Amino acid sequence: MARFETPTEVVRAARATHEAGYRKVNAYSPFPIEELSEAIGFHKDHVSKTVLLGGLTGAAAGFALQYFTSVIDYPINVGGRPLFSLPSFVPIIFETGILLAAFGAALGMIIMNNLPQPYHPVFNVPSFKRASRDAFFICIKSNDPKFDQAGTRNFLLGLGAKEVTDVEA
Amino acid sequence: MADNIENKGYVDPRPPVIGPGYTFESLTSKIADVVFMRRFQKGWLFGLGIAFLLALVLFNSIAYLVLKGVGIWGNNVPVGWAFDIINFVWWIGIGHAGTLISAILLLLRQSWRNSINRFAEAMTLFAVACAGLYPALHTGRPWVDYWLFPYPNTMGMWPNFRSPLMWDVFAVSTYATVSAIFWFIGLIPDFGTMRDTAKQPWQRRIFGILSMGWRGDARHWHRYESAYLLLAGLSTPLVLSVHSIVSFDFSVGIIPGWHATIFPPYFVAGAVYAGFAMVLTIGIPVRKFYNLEDFITLRHIRNMCKVMLATGLIVGYGYLMELFFAWYSGNTYEQFMMKNRMFGPYGYMYWLLILCNILVPQLLWVKKFRENLLVIFIVSMFINVGMWLERFVIIVMSLHRDFLPSSWRMYSPTVFDFSMFFGTIGLFLTLMFLFLRFVPIIPMFEMKVMLPQAKVEEDEKAAEKEKGTLGGAVPQFGD
Repeated sequence: MARFETPTEVVRAARATHEAGYRKVNAYSPFPIEELSEAIGFHKDHVSKTVLLGGLTGAAAGFALQYFTSVIDYPINVGGRPLFSLPSFVPIIFETGILLAAFGAALGMIIMNNLPQPYHPVFNVPSFKRASRDAFFICIKSNDPKFDQAGTRNFLLGLGAKEVTDVEA
Repeated sequence: MADNIENKGYVDPRPPVIGPGYTFESLTSKIADVVFMRRFQKGWLFGLGIAFLLALVLFNSIAYLVLKGVGIWGNNVPVGWAFDIINFVWWIGIGHAGTLISAILLLLRQSWRNSINRFAEAMTLFAVACAGLYPALHTGRPWVDYWLFPYPNTMGMWPNFRSPLMWDVFAVSTYATVSAIFWFIGLIPDFGTMRDTAKQPWQRRIFGILSMGWRGDARHWHRYESAYLLLAGLSTPLVLSVHSIVSFDFSVGIIPGWHATIFPPYFVAGAVYAGFAMVLTIGIPVRKFYNLEDFITLRHIRNMCKVMLATGLIVGYGYLMELFFAWYSGNTYEQFMMKNRMFGPYGYMYWLLILCNILVPQLLWVKKFRENLLVIFIVSMFINVGMWLERFVIIVMSLHRDFLPSSWRMYSPTVFDFSMFFGTIGLFLTLMFLFLRFVPIIPMFEMKVMLPQAKVEEDEKAAEKEKGTLGGAVPQFGD
């Protein structure tokens, strides 16, 4: 794991790492850096799909609930309105759709990030505390095909890292 | 209003979005230290004490209400809805500014929302909690409130989904839930920072659980940004729909003064108006007492004043339109309703409303006043009161004199109406004080994104960071 001091350095280093052929790379920063996730080769996230799924399910559920209760099971005449009064069903369909879409966003993001994950080997590195404050890290995993203990260490130092540490699994 | 300044010769005359001279480290310390300090500040304890006393008044009022019934309030026939619904709509309206700041300003790429969004969103949550008390407790038999929810029951009945009162149940619960989710998701990275900064093991454990092991992994950030943007995109129509649905409580009714199609946009604008006034009412003292002037800068204050002015004008337009409808409709009842509002027994409330909501805020047209914190604070208090009066005018004045003169009655609130109202203010302030002390008020990671040193230099030549560059080219969070 290599530590850098500025976003520019870490993004440049990440791109160099990717170009050198490393693929099992993680990068860490205290705030989102768009260029960084692209540099390590991560392009498509699927959160939008879970949101869409949640939204459609919620809307369908809201519709089904109202249709069943107002048209089939408890059909009462309220002010002469038709039993299948779709316009008056719309607000609740909308709300249940949004509710489940929001669950989709939050849970989708959390689950796809494999959270909650209270323990991770990188926490064992003492300077990693700064990952949430003011330092930027690149970590090359040892199961990367191009990984070589000494070679990778020299490579990272060559990229301008302030400190390179080994992470115990 | 993007903050990109590519031409170095141009100096942005607007005050900066963030004070100069911060590093990632100093920014983190300034915000996190508030939570980690060992002693409790006297001012905070005093404020919390008063707020909690009021909250106790609330709990007493609720207990007495459930024991004795809605008769302890001033509600009567024909004024079946009074302080209970006025306060409900008032609180919900206040909540909407938080979501607007968090969600809508994010979608509009206004980076100045980055510092105020967390406490505005917290304000939303607490306001919605206070609001939610009223529909739950005003039902007369609050112990059977669960009948409002569609569950299979032995009575063979289902709720009437064609009613705005049911739509309200779904809208307000969805709004509370989604706001809580949005707020919590926004907090996760900062809980990670707190976990890493905490000295005591019990603090580390609590923040560790809350942060769910967040480590700032770049892939995680990518999904996080997606989820955050999507949640903002969902919350925006949610805000608009919730207050529209609340307005339907009235506009679906047939009495003059209620049965108007202008209500949804008029209410939503009014909610934003009231909400920004409350954000300023809370924000101005908070930034002073916690020395956050570098994060909640004059730029924020000025922008919020402008939003207030704009929404105030929309509300004023709404009032004007009501006058127009009354006259143009030629309908005796509408016309009487308007005359009654202005010259009837509660006429003073109407004129007070015009003063508070329309006249006083026009002070904000003057630039000097937009930068004078005392003036802004006073104006925002006027608006808070004015928005309460607006709901009074709409609800009580239309109810107490509708179609048939024989049904006309006067309404007067009782001490319990007031005690419950001030009690909810106490509950709100208690929750705010607790929030200010135990949760980082300002999102640290969103602020870091705005620092000049956060920019990734694409060119290979070294960039010269001019200290004087106001709000220089910064990456927008959510780009």
